[in-house]
Amino acid sequence: MSTRASRLAGDRLLQTMSILVLALSLVALAALLYDIWSDGWYRLDWQFITSLPSRRAASAGIYPALVGSLYVLLVTAVLAVPLGIGAAVYLEEYGGGGRFARLIEINIANLAGVPSIIYGLLGLSLFVRAFQMGPSVLAGGSTLALLALPVVILSTREALRTVPMSAREGSYALGATQWQTIWHQVLPSALPGILTGLILAMSRAIGETAPLITIGALAYLDFAPSGLMSPFTVLPIQIYNWVSLPQPAFAENAAAGIIVLLVLLLTLNAVAVVLRDRFQKARQ
Amino acid sequence: MRMRILSTTFLASLIMSAAACGDGSSSTESSIIAIDGSSTVFPITAAVAEEFRGTNAAAPVTVGFSGTGGGFKKFCRGETAISNASRPVSTSELEACAQASIGMIELPVAYDGLAVVVNPKNSWATSMTVAELKKLWQPEAQGAIMKWSQIRPGWPDEAISLYGPGVDSGTFDYFTEAVNGKSKASRGDYTSSENDNILVQGVAGDEFALGFMGLAYYEENQGRLTLVAVDDEDPDNGAGPILPSFDTVRNGTYRPLSRPLFIYVNSAELARPEVAQFLDFYLANTSALSKEVGYVSLTDAELELVKARLAARTVGTMFADHAAQSSMSLTELLQGHQ
Repeated sequence: MSTRASRLAGDRLLQTMSILVLALSLVALAALLYDIWSDGWYRLDWQFITSLPSRRAASAGIYPALVGSLYVLLVTAVLAVPLGIGAAVYLEEYGGGGRFARLIEINIANLAGVPSIIYGLLGLSLFVRAFQMGPSVLAGGSTLALLALPVVILSTREALRTVPMSAREGSYALGATQWQTIWHQVLPSALPGILTGLILAMSRAIGETAPLITIGALAYLDFAPSGLMSPFTVLPIQIYNWVSLPQPAFAENAAAGIIVLLVLLLTLNAVAVVLRDRFQKARQ
Repeated sequence: MRMRILSTTFLASLIMSAAACGDGSSSTESSIIAIDGSSTVFPITAAVAEEFRGTNAAAPVTVGFSGTGGGFKKFCRGETAISNASRPVSTSELEACAQASIGMIELPVAYDGLAVVVNPKNSWATSMTVAELKKLWQPEAQGAIMKWSQIRPGWPDEAISLYGPGVDSGTFDYFTEAVNGKSKASRGDYTSSENDNILVQGVAGDEFALGFMGLAYYEENQGRLTLVAVDDEDPDNGAGPILPSFDTVRNGTYRPLSRPLFIYVNSAELARPEVAQFLDFYLANTSALSKEVGYVSLTDAELELVKARLAARTVGTMFADHAAQSSMSLTELLQGHQ
């Protein structure tokens, strides 16, 4: 009897602690958002979005950085998504459990933990110098694609594993080839999980500063990037630049820049969530 | 429904920007004036670029801030036309450029002062000698000089907390060179940040703190920090402890913690009319703009010498001889290297 009571007490204790931990992290997040919002909201206007950088805090804007972030993210997604999903499909559906596949798997898991500056150095010597891309949008997007790939591959594999074997076997029994099975059965069922992974990977990529500074992303541009080979800057670099200036007014610009970055991030995530829900509904 | 519109617009905008990616933009790229280098000089060059975009001559300008050393690496590969530097070019960098047959024109554009600061509650450390600063900051001080009383007898028997820029910054290089006699030689047990505003916060919140940072950061936070006057014990450039200010940095009496800031120009790039125009514009406006972003402008006489240096396209550095560098003023150096 007493053991049952103590087990129940332990149960309640753990539950309370979990709620506390959750509340703590939410409060921290809320405090952060409130702080940023109260510092930066009144700097947020159309002029701020569409202006070029300036030494006067009041007339400085984020236009080149915002467009740069969108361009780089687009290149990252175009490169990382098909490659990542393709690699995961190979490892999960074709690769079998061989020693080679396991070796690749371990390496990918390790790559997911490599500090981002290392990817910057790789990007500098590979894309910027060896491939002669220069410090361009293409080089920046490619570098971030390398950074995002392990996350995309790992989460896609997890999603593919949740598809029950019976779905594949049913498909084979009806005469479908392996590719037809993957394309018509496995991928659609796994899509919600894959999209979640993509959200995580793209969210990481959009906030990166270090690897892009390493490959030569700029801090002052008086034009928005106009193509793949254009020089560029991104929102986190512009924010970093403002935060490190001595004039306090630039801290408010930085806060406003952070709000723009958050809105951009949330918009992208919202799109992915909407897509995910629609696919889920369509499957049911 | 609204969500569907949202996602459709998003997809449409993605496709449109993808289409925009396709058309080349070589026309703008060839005329870009590419600049990189010191993050200390960055605000001046960015301010000049900002004003330049309002002129008729306007060509697109890009400025990076990968650091003085990182900037020279790109400069000597021919990737940039102009390199910002918060210290003179080093011998090895000069050699690397010479190997790539890149000639550089050295143009001082402003002065920067390094401020040694303490908390406003600190009533004792109103001045320090360079020897005392060295005693505190040299590598041997690590773990040994931990209290104020160890620097000068009579100062409080309290633990001192130190704040300084990170080891990758030109400010750190310059302070260690000027105080400890060797660039990058410093104790490591201090709170470091690449962001000087963090250092301001640290010193402002700690009665027993001492830190160093760019003079502009003191000027923006005058109520929260107190300056320490620095005595180099050399009566030839001002007797006694001297506080950093616009005047003492400019007339060379705030030694050794004042330094000139430079831009280095690839001499071949000067053939491009937009680069030549940009440099003329730079030298015509650097006095007002460097002051506006928190630095100390060159004297008019020095600026004339710098303009003459550009006009004559004098290649090479004035700082090859280190002994001369430490004893001569910038004016003397400029006159000696015309």
